[in-house]
Amino acid sequence: MEKPLLEVIDLKLNQNGTEILRGVNLTIYPGQVHVLLGLNGCGKSSLAYTIMGCEGYVPSEGRILFDGKDILGLSITERARLGITLAWQEPARFEGIPIGKYVSLGMKTPDHHQVADLLDTLALPSKIYGYRAADRTLSGGERKRVELAAVLAMNPRLAILDEPDSGIDTLSLSDIAMLIRRMALNGSAVLLITHRDEMVEAADVASLMCAGTVLFTGSPLETRRYFSSRCTPHLESLGSQPWDASLPEVKEALASNGMLKSMLNQTGKDQND
Amino acid sequence: MTEKIQTKHALGQQPAWADEMQAMLDAYQQAGGDPQSLQAPQVATLVISANNVLMAHEIPGVHLEAEEIENGVKARIFVDAGVKVDKPVHLCFGVIPAEGVQEILADYEIGEGASAQFLAHCSFPNAIKVQHHMDARVHVGRNASLTYTEEHFHGTGGGVEVLPKAQVVIDEGGRYVTTFNLTRGRIGKMEIDYEIEVGAKGVVEMVTKAYGHEDDQVKVNEIVHLNGEKARGITRTRVAVRDQATSQVFTTMEGNASGARGHMDCTEIVRGGAIAQNTPIVVVRDDQAQVTHEAAIGTVNRKELETLLARGLDEEEAVDLIIRGMIR
Repeated sequence: MEKPLLEVIDLKLNQNGTEILRGVNLTIYPGQVHVLLGLNGCGKSSLAYTIMGCEGYVPSEGRILFDGKDILGLSITERARLGITLAWQEPARFEGIPIGKYVSLGMKTPDHHQVADLLDTLALPSKIYGYRAADRTLSGGERKRVELAAVLAMNPRLAILDEPDSGIDTLSLSDIAMLIRRMALNGSAVLLITHRDEMVEAADVASLMCAGTVLFTGSPLETRRYFSSRCTPHLESLGSQPWDASLPEVKEALASNGMLKSMLNQTGKDQND
Repeated sequence: MTEKIQTKHALGQQPAWADEMQAMLDAYQQAGGDPQSLQAPQVATLVISANNVLMAHEIPGVHLEAEEIENGVKARIFVDAGVKVDKPVHLCFGVIPAEGVQEILADYEIGEGASAQFLAHCSFPNAIKVQHHMDARVHVGRNASLTYTEEHFHGTGGGVEVLPKAQVVIDEGGRYVTTFNLTRGRIGKMEIDYEIEVGAKGVVEMVTKAYGHEDDQVKVNEIVHLNGEKARGITRTRVAVRDQATSQVFTTMEGNASGARGHMDCTEIVRGGAIAQNTPIVVVRDDQAQVTHEAAIGTVNRKELETLLARGLDEEEAVDLIIRGMIR
């Protein structure tokens, strides 16, 4: 049987006295696209940062194994050199660093032709974007596409993509799904973090995360079904009660979650009563 | 005056002139310039080594007058009204010996409706004790445009004092874009002191970039008076200091007329035992004017750093890339 590439075992994370991750278990195999689905604030991004080893994301308990070896003591650079990388939900802006150079940073041997191809694929014509800086002059969608290009160029063993589907322009969800499948075809495992259950269609396996723990792992269809019928929001992330239905987070959750909608309706009724 | 210089230029066959000119061309290249461009007939060029005017090449509409004084040169550089200068005017200043003083007293006059780009390269490659004073008066005429880019190269000794001072007046509809780069070699001591008055619908954009090491000292003092209606101004300061270097940035922006808009943007990155300071002053004297400022002083942005680390760079490489990008 194939050995797992990444094993997250009973992972707990506390920040400022709040339990962010409450015993997360997750297994990803080589070349697998694993979607991690969950509402905003459920701990998906925190899990990503913890796997990558970001500052302030040191777990209080649990283990993270990569190729069977514990990586918790490794720096971000060391983890990246093992083949792990992360595309942030809101990518950083870099003054003065040309996009072409930025995209090539993770390549073992920088290849300008490959960089140009990737930029073109991501609707960033290389002749226009290659020498432009990856800075604040890019729109949010452009910057996210640059980030995807950089991850593709790195050809990592594990790519953690934190909501690549949010706020992205030009590319459709099916384009993003196709790019993710392309990464898998090139041998990369992908941990795709999203709160859009339609992205599950890009997955081989999907897990549902809620309130700092993985509730369910199964086929994409099973997980999507579970998500739409059972998931309740991580209350703290949505602000104090009563919920304000005009908040973007609540609107987003409402659009994708029937149970939340009924809970909100119930809250409104309780208030009126 | 120009005649005198042209005579000097004609002495180009003499060994002493040729040696000094060659040294300046080498220094010019170290400062990032292209020596070929200094010799192109269609390019206006002024080359000054200490107080010697080695070359002053004029083109139609661009006039370069230079007079040698005890420790430097007094120059008048003007572009005739309505002239659009296609190729950048090249200015090359430097002191080749290890010790010396160079004073450049310069008047720049850009006539009404004219437009020109100036590339100034200042090189002090062997400096142990060199002072470079620049005292400039710049007048950008009505609807004229001047882009002035100044690149420095100081070698590794750190024995340079650079003291550029400028009084700039921008008439109605004029545009002045200036960039000062001191990012290669040691800075030594640098004190920039610029004051700019902007008329109605005039625009000023000032960019200052410096990278200090060891005990380098950076001091930037920029004052912009947005005096005319709808005048626009922006200052962008990018300084990185490491080791024991210090940086002090003082920027003042005044919105003195209706519709004036100003913005000051300062980023200073501090590494090791270096110290950075930013003091923005905002003055608004008209209820239809607006001036804003933003500043980030301190370590490199954590998210930028972690993003680069996640591509496999080590911390030193990542910080260097961020700093090099910032001061690029």
